[in-house]
Amino acid sequence: MNSWDLWWWVILPYLALVTFVVGHIWRWRYDQFGWTSRSTQLQEGRLLKWGGPLFHYGAFAAIAGHVLGILVPESFTRRLGIPENTYRWFSSVGGTVAALAVLAGVAVLAFRRTTVPRVRATTSPVDWLALILLAVVIVLGVIPTLGINLFGAGYDYRRSVSLWFRGLFAGNPDVPAITHAPLIYQVHATAAWAILAVWPFTRLVHAWSLPLWYLWRPYVLYRRRVPAHPAEPGTGGRRWRRIGVRY
Amino acid sequence: MKVMAQVAMVMNLDKCIGCHTCSVTCKQTWTNRPGTEYVWFNNVETKPGAGYPRRYEDQEKWKGGWTLDRRGRLRLKAGGRLRKLLTLFHNPDMPSLDDFYEPWTYDYQSLTTAPLSDTFPSARPKSQLTGRDMRPVHGPNWDDDLAGAAEYAAADPNLRGLAERVRLEFEHTFMFYLPRICEHCLNPSCVASCPSGAMYKREEDGIVLVDEDRCRGWRFCVSGCPYKKVYFNHRTGKAEKCTFCYPRIEAGQPTICAETCVGRLRHLGVMLYDADAVLDAASVQDDKDLYEAQLSVFLDPHEDWVREAAARDGIAHDWIEAARRSPVYALIKEHRVALPLHPEYRTMPMVWYVPPLSPVADAVHATGYHDDDPDRIFAAIDALRIPVEYLANLFTAGDTAVVEGVLRKLTAMRGHMRAKQLGDPADRRLLERAGATADGVEDLYRLLAVAKYDERYVIPKTHAEGSGALMAQHCSLDRPGGVADLASHDEVDPAPPELPGLAAPGGGAHFRDSDGQVRFNLLGWNGSAPAPGLFGGTEGSAP
Ligand code: HEM
Ligand code: SF4
Ligand code: SF4
Ligand code: SF4
Repeated sequence: MNSWDLWWWVILPYLALVTFVVGHIWRWRYDQFGWTSRSTQLQEGRLLKWGGPLFHYGAFAAIAGHVLGILVPESFTRRLGIPENTYRWFSSVGGTVAALAVLAGVAVLAFRRTTVPRVRATTSPVDWLALILLAVVIVLGVIPTLGINLFGAGYDYRRSVSLWFRGLFAGNPDVPAITHAPLIYQVHATAAWAILAVWPFTRLVHAWSLPLWYLWRPYVLYRRRVPAHPAEPGTGGRRWRRIGVRY
Repeated sequence: MKVMAQVAMVMNLDKCIGCHTCSVTCKQTWTNRPGTEYVWFNNVETKPGAGYPRRYEDQEKWKGGWTLDRRGRLRLKAGGRLRKLLTLFHNPDMPSLDDFYEPWTYDYQSLTTAPLSDTFPSARPKSQLTGRDMRPVHGPNWDDDLAGAAEYAAADPNLRGLAERVRLEFEHTFMFYLPRICEHCLNPSCVASCPSGAMYKREEDGIVLVDEDRCRGWRFCVSGCPYKKVYFNHRTGKAEKCTFCYPRIEAGQPTICAETCVGRLRHLGVMLYDADAVLDAASVQDDKDLYEAQLSVFLDPHEDWVREAAARDGIAHDWIEAARRSPVYALIKEHRVALPLHPEYRTMPMVWYVPPLSPVADAVHATGYHDDDPDRIFAAIDALRIPVEYLANLFTAGDTAVVEGVLRKLTAMRGHMRAKQLGDPADRRLLERAGATADGVEDLYRLLAVAKYDERYVIPKTHAEGSGALMAQHCSLDRPGGVADLASHDEVDPAPPELPGLAAPGGGAHFRDSDGQVRFNLLGWNGSAPAPGLFGGTEGSAP
């Protein structure tokens, strides 16, 4: 392990994680007004009808898959008595379905973003960055899922990438495990932690606002008129700063 | 029973001249920003017409408002809560920008920068969304004054069931204007549709607002409102809607659209209602009963027990008094000439309309009779089924009897006042046939025709006594001697006691500055005695 590896696989990922956490706290406190999905359905609906649900449902499945495959150690599934082959088969099929959905979804959304002028006009630079990183993560995540697991010999990421990733959280990342993984996994992992770093500054924050409360709250809400606190001195009355919005 | 107060509006459609002043002043106040170019909190539609957004009244398509399920319980027409969460990623009922219109401006600069040529330079229309050239194909009032009626008016959902009989040829048609704002409903489906819980109805005055800080852009309020009066700001990604000009209402002033209305046809006032009765009223089986059901929710502020109950539920005395003088209550409940717009959406709207007599009067006029002859007009109301049925589709879920009753009363009012002013004997039979009394129609006349500013707008101020404490929080001048130190301005009262240790040596003086520090004032200092605290010091360090 040289210092480059240490920098790339330990220090930067931790910095990204810290940015992720601190960035979210900062954004939550200073930019409630910017905290939105920034829906573009008003501008364009026909492509979104397919792209939106395919991408999101695919992404949820993929995230669930990552939790299973990366955060749950191999010894745990073995202790549950799940044979290696069953696990492989399940992860391949499930992974393939999720991968195809996410891939199709992101393709439709990317096409829509770049070619529909109305949607393009509302996209800020940091949105572009997040979308490109997402596309990289997805494409490079799908290729191994489809190519290697289904058709190829199969590469056991649970003995390499997973060890490193879990180690990050345990405090002792296994750097050799990731440096010996195929390049495609390395780029995928890199783009993934890069996404974590930009996440709080993009529209991706909408993911934390899934409004589950809606399922049991009363339909009509009443609020008393509350006198607002006067603006902080020196802010000109703005309690928020806009991020990534060009306007 | 829970008594609540609501600031409501009534518009007298006979007086609307379709000038769009209300739309423009509202826009200048609230939506003249990027992202809201296409947004008109107030818009004026020509009826019959497609409306804005086009065909918004077709709830089979847009699924706005409420409906009854098979067991007779009130449900959002667009489906339940789970369904909403599952379709967060693409709202199936959301109107697109093209259903409103693509906003545009003109390339005015080219008019001044164009090189000399034999032809006039022209300013090309440019999309305000993309900045590209575009061809405007729709606007917020594209079918104003029945322009293109053959194409647009025929698309009016209120013509359902009348289509084969309505003739939209010029000589046979009728029209009137319908100014629309958010209805600030008692049972708002926009609020019920918002998954984030960012929308709410204010307890004090019933105004329905969006909390911009909590809106997450899920855009279900847009589709949930049957009147399509919540808009999506395409730049900020947040929902916005008519605010009922709440800063003005709080100060006791009428809304901008009412204040600037050229026809002076808008009335504003307080309605007291029983909040616990709203759900049942909105759930009555027959759509045609919804008008009466909503009337039954309103409480009569002239009754002692209502005033007592209102006071018990925390409504301030001046609000209860304002409710007694409310022109809106008079028009809705006492005279029963104002009707709700599309009660069948079951949101219990609170902007009501006095239906226009003009379509009927015009038709009588066209037949060569004097349109002031009440007998003729009564006959015409019976004969002219089409305008009446059309108005009923707008205001009473199709119940023509109610609309007829209102039109009769308005006709009787005209006939009675005409006779009175010409000195003719009062025609009692006329009033009887309209179910009215002379006093009643004279009061109605006063309200609709001559009421002055403070009779049209009876708006009590918000009680904000508690907010002063907050305002002072950051004010550094409320220290002794500061601007906000009332005692230091008061010349009648004795001067405030001397602060300890503020008499300085050597002719100088000490004073306490705005950040609370005691400083030495050089004015009057003899120049040789010590000057303690010249560079500031805490209270304790002064001698
Ligand atoms: C947790 C629940 C989530 C909800 C409720 C949600 C909802 C939404 C909504 C409503 C939109 C706007 C669609 C429109 O234009 O109308 C959106 C867009 C988007 N979401 Fe999510 N989302 C969630 C999670 C996520 C996650 C986990 C990711 C990424 C990994 C993600 C990535 C995106 C992206 C990239 C877009 C923009 C798509 C475009 O190009 O228009 N979302 N989401
Ligand atoms: S009219 Fe106003 S209050 Fe009523 S549902 Fe629509 S937006 Fe909500
Ligand atoms: S009440 Fe105010 S915000 Fe609403 S339509 Fe009228 S002017 Fe516009
Ligand atoms: S300003 Fe008054 S008269 Fe003019 S269009 Fe609006 S409501 Fe009608």
